[in-house]
Amino acid sequence: MSATEREAAELREKSRMPDKAQLAHYYHQMLAIRRMEEALAKAYALRKFGGFLHLYIGQEAVAVGALATLKPEDYVIATYREHAHAYAKGMTAKSIIAELFGKATGCSQGLGGSMHLFDASKNFLGGYGIVGGHIPLAAGTAFASKYRGDGRVTLCFFGDGSVPQGAFHEGVALAALWRLPVVFICENNLYSMGTPLYRSLSVSDVSQKALAYGMARDRFDGEDVVRVHDRVAEAVRRARNESLPTLIEIRTYRFRGHSMSDAGLYRTKEEVEESKKRDPITFGRELLVRAKMDEKDIVAIEDKVTAEIEEAVKFADESPELAYERLAEFTYKE
Amino acid sequence: MRTVAFREALNEAIAEEMEKDDRIFLMGEEVGHYDGAYKVSKGLLKRFGERRVIDTPIAEGGFVGVGIGAAMVGLRPIIELMTWNFSFVAADQLINNAAKIRQMSGGQFTLPIVFRGPGGSAHMLAAQHSQSTEALWAHIPGLKVVMPANPKDAKGLLKSAIRDNNPIIFIEGEVLYADQGEIPDGEYSIPLGVAEVKRPGTDITLIAWSKMVKIALATADALAAEGIEAEVVDPRTIRPLDEELLVESVKKTKRCLIIEEGWPFNGVGAEIAYRMGRRCFDDLDAPVERLTGADMPMPYNHHLEQQCIPDVPRAVTAAKKLLYLE
Repeated sequence: MSATEREAAELREKSRMPDKAQLAHYYHQMLAIRRMEEALAKAYALRKFGGFLHLYIGQEAVAVGALATLKPEDYVIATYREHAHAYAKGMTAKSIIAELFGKATGCSQGLGGSMHLFDASKNFLGGYGIVGGHIPLAAGTAFASKYRGDGRVTLCFFGDGSVPQGAFHEGVALAALWRLPVVFICENNLYSMGTPLYRSLSVSDVSQKALAYGMARDRFDGEDVVRVHDRVAEAVRRARNESLPTLIEIRTYRFRGHSMSDAGLYRTKEEVEESKKRDPITFGRELLVRAKMDEKDIVAIEDKVTAEIEEAVKFADESPELAYERLAEFTYKE
Repeated sequence: MRTVAFREALNEAIAEEMEKDDRIFLMGEEVGHYDGAYKVSKGLLKRFGERRVIDTPIAEGGFVGVGIGAAMVGLRPIIELMTWNFSFVAADQLINNAAKIRQMSGGQFTLPIVFRGPGGSAHMLAAQHSQSTEALWAHIPGLKVVMPANPKDAKGLLKSAIRDNNPIIFIEGEVLYADQGEIPDGEYSIPLGVAEVKRPGTDITLIAWSKMVKIALATADALAAEGIEAEVVDPRTIRPLDEELLVESVKKTKRCLIIEEGWPFNGVGAEIAYRMGRRCFDDLDAPVERLTGADMPMPYNHHLEQQCIPDVPRAVTAAKKLLYLE
């Protein structure tokens, strides 16, 4: 992109700057996700729950901006790093935190945990633990939408680590072949677990994969929630109006490790610190300042988030667990 | 009653259910324009159109996953695998998604989906195309495994499978497709999890499913010529297993031979033998015995291949050993 093109693009983005209420909504969501995950990390350290915990901290603008483009009836499907997508699709911190605590009040009644958040009522079709394994499912829900003509769009999230998987290519290829209303969003956080992108993929531009399937593509940085919204909105429009899929690569960065056991030896402290200068939440707050929101109103949002998460943790703490006797009914439907 | 081929019985089941419910579609390799690799879907494209009879590229992991996704949001897919040998490409979809989504979601999502296609050995197809996969699928909680032995069961069981709200592994014996058999006129279905006595007898129980039912029946004929009355019981559904009918038969005959095409180690017959041993311990006059496929990949050579598959002479010998006549 030339300097002129970049200026034009920036102008375009400015002209589409959402109003104060929308910016406040973004900020609330991103901050709630951040505080929720910080509370989860703390609870994990206190051994309130176990298993894997993959934090999204640093990537919040992607889930929040992308999901803001959707209608409630649209489908979202994601990976095991999906707390943010679940929250942004309308699930409550209570149902998410309770799920991680393994409680019956959790969204999956404590049977799924951190990696398997589901909510049928919100059309959140789950988090999946096998890298790339959910991508054909997204083609399937989009197939169902086209089959029924229900006008719904599917958003499918995955990381750069999914791209070498066969399931990615099969799912994307079928979506392109059958012109399915789905948007594939690769959240490229530059590392698949501890392996940098250049050691797992022969190209640095993940969106190039779309070319092979004759599919529309886009590629941009993901720290600005407004940009994420606007660019994903174009792909959602293409899916809804033209029944065509898009592959979007959003470049982002996770501030924390792959999971809680990650010592982070594969990247430098300097790199991580540098990335924190592009914290989407700091940026989201700046947008509110620029939109001339009063400091006290911003603080009010922050206080509200703190209370929301504290209440959710308390709720999860005090919730009961499912009885073993009930477990069998979840294996087969009668 | 009327006589139809096994493949026609399956075709009728699919067509009749598709006629009644628009949520049902058939998807797989060559199911449409080619009329099916084994002609099970013959005429369905013409009848239902490309919206509901969907040819796929050769991408089992992809289209099996598409079926699962579609089932999650309310459609009722029938996914044809050209053969079950190719299902391993989609094993992650079947095991990690189809079998687990209901439980992982706390019961919010159920999967009314049938995966069907031919299984078992045929004739000189060598190691990669001659496999009995039922033990693998039956091992996995969340999946049901159905294996009809004749046209009547094929139609009736497939109808129940299509109407079921769980993921179904429906394995059709590859060498059964041309078999003719009587089926009832008009609407009928056969519930999953209900075994059938294919031939009554008093002296020994032969348990077999899919194409091994034919071997068991022929074995019973051979034994009858020697004055031994064998009872042939076909579970028809491997999971859920109709343990009660099997137990009832074994308690009556006091002897049990399981004839299965699959490999011996951890085979379906091993599970059945354990259950019969546990439930019929005081009634048995001989240990439960198994006649299985050979414990090795299937060879191509015709004579070697035939020796790897249970046959009537070996089944007769095994049965007579249990009767202490050999």
